[in-house]
Amino acid sequence: MKFHKPVLLLAEIRESFFMAMGAVTAHKLRSALTLLGVLVGVFSIIVVMTAMRVMQSHIESEIGKLGNQTFMIARSPGVIFSGPKGNGKIVRRKNITLQQGLQFEAKAAFARSVGLQASFWVGEIQTAYKKTAPDVQILGETPGSFSARNWIVSEGRALLDIDVDNYRDVCVLGSGLATNLFQTKSPVGEWLKIDGINYTVVGVLEANGASLGGDQDNFAVIPITTGLNRYGGGTWRSLSLLVQAQDQDSYDDCVEQSEGVLRTIRKVPPGDPNDFEISSNDSSIEQFRSFTFSLRIGVAIVSSIALLAAGIGIMNIMLVSVTERTREIGIRRAIGAKKRNIMAQFIMEAVTLCEIGGVIGVVLGIIGGNATAYFLKLPPVIPFDWVVIGLVICSAVGIIFGTYPAWKAANLDPIESLRYE
Amino acid sequence: MNFFTELREGLLIAWSAVRANKMRSVLTTLGIVIGIVTVTLMGTAIEGLNNAFLKSISFMGADVFYVSRQNWFADSQEEWLKMQKRPQITLGQIDSLEKKYTLASAIAPQSSTERTVKYDKRRASNVEIIGTTDQFPLTGSVSTVDGRFFSAFESEQGRQVCVLGSEVATNLFPNESPLGKKVTIGARPFEVVGVLEKQGTFLGESLDNELIIPLQQMLVAFGAGSDYDIRVKVANIADMDNAKDELRAVMRVVRHLAPTDDDDFSINQQDQILAIFHRVAGTIAAIGLFVTGLSLFVGGVGIMNIMFVSVAERTREIGVRKAIGAKRRTILLQFLIEAAVICLLGGLIGLGIAWAMTFLLQKIMPAEMSLPIVCISILVSLLTGVISGFLPAWRAARMNPVDALRNE
Amino acid sequence: MSLIRLQKITRRYQMGAETVHALREVSLEIARGEYVAIMGPSGSGKSTLMNLLGCLDTPTSGEYELNGKQVSQMNDNALAEIRNKEIGFIFQTFNLLPRSDALRNVELPLIYAGIPSHERKQIALDALTSVGLADRIHHRPNELSGGQRQRVAVARALANKPSILLADEPTGNLDSKTGTEILALFNELARQGNTIIVVTHEEAVARHARRILRILDGLIASDERTDEGKNAPPILPR
Repeated sequence: MKFHKPVLLLAEIRESFFMAMGAVTAHKLRSALTLLGVLVGVFSIIVVMTAMRVMQSHIESEIGKLGNQTFMIARSPGVIFSGPKGNGKIVRRKNITLQQGLQFEAKAAFARSVGLQASFWVGEIQTAYKKTAPDVQILGETPGSFSARNWIVSEGRALLDIDVDNYRDVCVLGSGLATNLFQTKSPVGEWLKIDGINYTVVGVLEANGASLGGDQDNFAVIPITTGLNRYGGGTWRSLSLLVQAQDQDSYDDCVEQSEGVLRTIRKVPPGDPNDFEISSNDSSIEQFRSFTFSLRIGVAIVSSIALLAAGIGIMNIMLVSVTERTREIGIRRAIGAKKRNIMAQFIMEAVTLCEIGGVIGVVLGIIGGNATAYFLKLPPVIPFDWVVIGLVICSAVGIIFGTYPAWKAANLDPIESLRYE
Repeated sequence: MNFFTELREGLLIAWSAVRANKMRSVLTTLGIVIGIVTVTLMGTAIEGLNNAFLKSISFMGADVFYVSRQNWFADSQEEWLKMQKRPQITLGQIDSLEKKYTLASAIAPQSSTERTVKYDKRRASNVEIIGTTDQFPLTGSVSTVDGRFFSAFESEQGRQVCVLGSEVATNLFPNESPLGKKVTIGARPFEVVGVLEKQGTFLGESLDNELIIPLQQMLVAFGAGSDYDIRVKVANIADMDNAKDELRAVMRVVRHLAPTDDDDFSINQQDQILAIFHRVAGTIAAIGLFVTGLSLFVGGVGIMNIMFVSVAERTREIGVRKAIGAKRRTILLQFLIEAAVICLLGGLIGLGIAWAMTFLLQKIMPAEMSLPIVCISILVSLLTGVISGFLPAWRAARMNPVDALRNE
Repeated sequence: MSLIRLQKITRRYQMGAETVHALREVSLEIARGEYVAIMGPSGSGKSTLMNLLGCLDTPTSGEYELNGKQVSQMNDNALAEIRNKEIGFIFQTFNLLPRSDALRNVELPLIYAGIPSHERKQIALDALTSVGLADRIHHRPNELSGGQRQRVAVARALANKPSILLADEPTGNLDSKTGTEILALFNELARQGNTIIVVTHEEAVARHARRILRILDGLIASDERTDEGKNAPPILPR
């Protein structure tokens, strides 16, 4: 007896499924409209989750331009908004000067490397043969920056201390810029003109991977001192400090210590807040994640409301269906179906309907969500975890909203049902 | 049969149909209720946020230009750096501007720094000290709630008087009136002549943690300091564009710019903030409404489904009506009205629930239910009914009476 | 001038792959005030003929002149108006609206005719009174007996004072006693000058009419006057 039970159960389920499919196809328009609701609900969840996951990996790699274990200290945070009350507290902050940067470098033995950075100029670069578009960035760095920024030299060398100390007119090119100016020829040893002055190329960096808009590597690096000399280190120029911790474990310590050192250098009174900003991959990614988290919650709530409305529609239509098939139910009961068979049959119908809608919704959602991938030329993503969650929710909706009609069907009086017409 | 009679008959038929099958009507209406509640709540949230924002920038007058070295919004890091390089605005230039520019009703320079302010044993830290002239209250929508602003005489003489922002006043004088008392900034005493009304916050920063002193005094006390901004209130708000052009021209002369030079200053207005806000808010609103519209869509699909069932069930009846002389459009209208009535019912119930829930919502964000929102919600529910009910009604109208009558 | 004139009326329709010739070039005339029965077995085309006469259907070819109007090629809206004003249907299964009371059921054709509320209530009341149901005007169909329901249907059919009354097996769902009552009512209506067409497969019912048209396989097989017809009182001018 006990041996038969699971087999019987499986057979029952199989039978119910076929009956359900029969009922579904009997009223095609009705079934289509009913599962449309579930489709829409599931679609909205899946499309948003897919799109977000596509963007997430991209944006996180955008944000994570700094190497691992690296954080950046600058005078002002990313967003710049002054406003009518004047530039506010941010601008009142004192700049981070070269002197402070060098002092920090000297004191930051706990860090693996320290780099100083300033953005100098944007314009066109010329060689004897070619001119670029006027959108090349000129960055001033120190040797420490290379490690901190995860820049790997593919040809020639990085900047050295003597370049910085001697204000030399040398530069290291980003891979995109190098290919643009020199194609297949090696740029090392070649000269080029930046803003009217000749520089010698001493190295080329490895490509940093494709990203939004393409040429992240459209820049050239010169010694920071050269830049300050040429473009003025005046009162308005503020440097950024790039600090790389020894390893992942000592990261937090490193941040704390750097804070302390810089506060001393900039004579910030104890109790006053920092007069500089510390940002890192993690903190930016963290901010992005919490933003998308609330977005995801929002979508989940709204989609569940849509599914609620769909469920009500299912209940409504199933009640109609039960009434229409009163006679059929009576016959089934007369032939020997028990209450639970009838109930299972109708719940199975509801679940089948929901699952069909759910599957279509999932497929459309994945296609739709990856449309963003197509437009932004990013790798497509299939959020398998959300697919499973979505399908489970569909079944749940079918069971929850199909129970009442199924119960009603099961409790019809068989005699009365047979008389019904 | 004119339209009005058709409408009335349709309503009667619809009402009896709704009452005939209560469970079904309840469930169908419920679908619409859910949709309308979500859409309406989204609408109230958007409206509330909009109004809150507009209120929060009202402290900037719509008819005031803010001349400054920088633009309020920099499109890129590079642009911001370029603006940093611009020469500062000097008092001499401000003076020249006042003499040369005729289209203003008030001009007030302002400069600011940050200090700690003390009274007795209390201190208020990180107070923004603003140095300006007596023209200041004329250029903005700030006014004193207690006492007065300093006078032209006090302003020119650089007297050691001050006006407190409401937060500073509450911090330093919790139990008494600040008027006439002397607060110290650094080592200098300043007599309080007035307190400003509360302005609230803007982008998270309090506007009330400030203290205003005559500019001349500021120069003496804190040295020729940072940059100056100039607030210019236009005499004729209808003529803003012309006034702006004129202002630009005068500033260029005052700053000795050659005709081919770019501007080395910026003229900012409240408009810019509004423009950017509307762009952002517009996108968010569109997305929000679309997403909530999904649940309404699902409700509408439910209506369509049930109406198809209803039409099928009443095939015989439709046949009889046609036999007796009902035209197609009469049948069409009858079922359309039925769908519309259910949706309108759902819409009104949904509005009621949304109204109650707005109060809850107001605890987490500004949300307002205004008359336009109510009207739009009602319209939307009617529209949902008409659109969802159309196909089933069309099917009913096109039924062949002979076949319909044969139906069991 | 005849009230009804059918000229070479043909009705064909598709049933799957086959074409069914329900009516083949039927021509007939019915004068005002006649009481006619159309008889035939099932499949003979009598239902099709009735639908055509009642303007529920249009012929494939041929002409149908009703009360001086060419109705055979009218569009749907025009036909609806004809049905409303010229035709009064009486069905085998009564076909009353179940959720409306007797008065409202009778008012229905008047509503579609655009008659204002006051007037039509009076007309409906009069119609119900004339069939003897003045005391049941607010009863719903499920509160009425079979015979009473059919009488409500007759009242409804008379409401707009149509040119013809078209009855499809009017006694089919009634017991013999009630059936006789209804046929007596028809007799009275005929005596008052109404043009009545009854479609039936029962000989006994057909005998109450003054003229019998027998139809078979889509053609009129015979057209005879009954005994009643021969002895019928003269038709009152309208």
